[in-house]
Amino acid sequence: MRYRYYPGCSLEGTAREYNLSTRALMGALGGDFREIDDWTCCGASAADATSHLLSLALPARNLALAAKQGEGDDILVPCSACYLNLKKVEEKTRRDPELRAQLNEILIADQLQLDGRARVRHLLDVLARDMGADRIRPLVRRPFTDFSIAPYYGCQCLRPYAVFDDPEAPQSMEPLIKAIGARIHPWCMGGQCCGAAHMQTQTEVGMELVTAILQGAKGADAIVTVCPMCQMNLEAYQHRIGRKCAEDLRISVLYLPQLLGLAMGLPQAELGLDLNLAITPEFRKKLSA
Amino acid sequence: MNRSASPANAEQLSRESRTLAPVQAMIRSCIQCGTCTGSCPNAFAMDRTPRQLWRLVLMGRQKAIFESKTFALCSACYYCTLRCPRGLPLTEAMGALKQIAARENRVRHRPSTLFHENFIRSVRRHGRVKEMELMTRYWAAVKNPVLPLRFALLGMKLMAKGKVSLDWPSKAKRPLETLFRKVEELEGRS
Ligand code: SF4
Ligand code: SF4
Repeated sequence: MRYRYYPGCSLEGTAREYNLSTRALMGALGGDFREIDDWTCCGASAADATSHLLSLALPARNLALAAKQGEGDDILVPCSACYLNLKKVEEKTRRDPELRAQLNEILIADQLQLDGRARVRHLLDVLARDMGADRIRPLVRRPFTDFSIAPYYGCQCLRPYAVFDDPEAPQSMEPLIKAIGARIHPWCMGGQCCGAAHMQTQTEVGMELVTAILQGAKGADAIVTVCPMCQMNLEAYQHRIGRKCAEDLRISVLYLPQLLGLAMGLPQAELGLDLNLAITPEFRKKLSA
Repeated sequence: MNRSASPANAEQLSRESRTLAPVQAMIRSCIQCGTCTGSCPNAFAMDRTPRQLWRLVLMGRQKAIFESKTFALCSACYYCTLRCPRGLPLTEAMGALKQIAARENRVRHRPSTLFHENFIRSVRRHGRVKEMELMTRYWAAVKNPVLPLRFALLGMKLMAKGKVSLDWPSKAKRPLETLFRKVEELEGRS
């Protein structure tokens, strides 16, 4: 299986460790994996809030680029917001030839075209279904037997398109986490919303949502995420939220490929572990034990 | 004094009902069951529940809709879209209301609108988003001197980690300029 990699803007900035660890893990798992040359922003949530056509044209450009550079390759996307934006165009243009024609009218100026065959895959989808626990288990060097991990899926890799998991009760991370020997933290917050961009524009509301998730994770050694926005919301405001509700809500938050990479013995530097904002001293101690 | 019959007002009313028509088409078959409200993680902070908002949309109640902050509080979790028994594209309909508010530049929604506008401007200029430039412009645009402080701590943390690139190796070709122009042309607002 060959993949065209779409990192997206966050992975070049605030989520660099997600980029590093995705590359390191895919390398270690032997995935054939190449970045799309000249990819551009998918529009995030802003394009949809300003112009509907723009919100489709921006992802469409990247689908067309990927097709031009690697026909038949799946497009691998680690960021859930980018994933949904690209997936939406895949789904809509497959069902709606008129829309495809309209987008092609925009793309033709850059010598690009959509053929309706692009297949957009979330990193979690690829890890869970193409790679799978069986591929990871024999590569484990540092079993996480003494760890309890809270899998956090967030929204947009699960909904509205139910591609690889149950959008009401997601489980796709569990076999992967068990494959490295860890326990699954029992909780029901895995598919709940972290508020996405609310932390920037509706801070108070965003804080409420994040508080509930951090409280649900109490007792786990770490939360793992598969989206830069979720990661940032869960890791960056722990002190402030803890102070507000007079509760110790500090917890380590890692990207899934970082956790799997650690278990497979990949060097912490390659996984960008020093770039995370919330790795507790307790977690580090346990890790080096 | 009843001003609603004045020609200017009538014209504005008809323009506004045209604006709302596509959103009405999206949710026409709503049966007011309230599943959307029950599923919405942000309902606790909304002045109108999602179900009430859809009712207002169907009744064409422009003023009430855009005075409400409900659609601005949608964080696009897609629970309502997933669960609506009529299979209505509710998250998209929320997005459509955000677009109208942005286009008409409704005062109440300035902060969100500015954030999105600056974001898109950054994309147009560079092809990708420069996060630092985005935040600086956003702060300048809302002219709220307290706001940057809310993020100062986070900004410093990120900077210490080398995560906020102050100077981005700019490819400086404006790779998306043709795409943006073409979209504007098709939307008839170039
Ligand atoms: S869930 Fe669907 S049908 Fe029910 S009230 Fe909401 S929009 Fe209407
Ligand atoms: S998509 Fe928006 S309106 Fe619908 S449940 Fe989620 S936050 Fe609420």
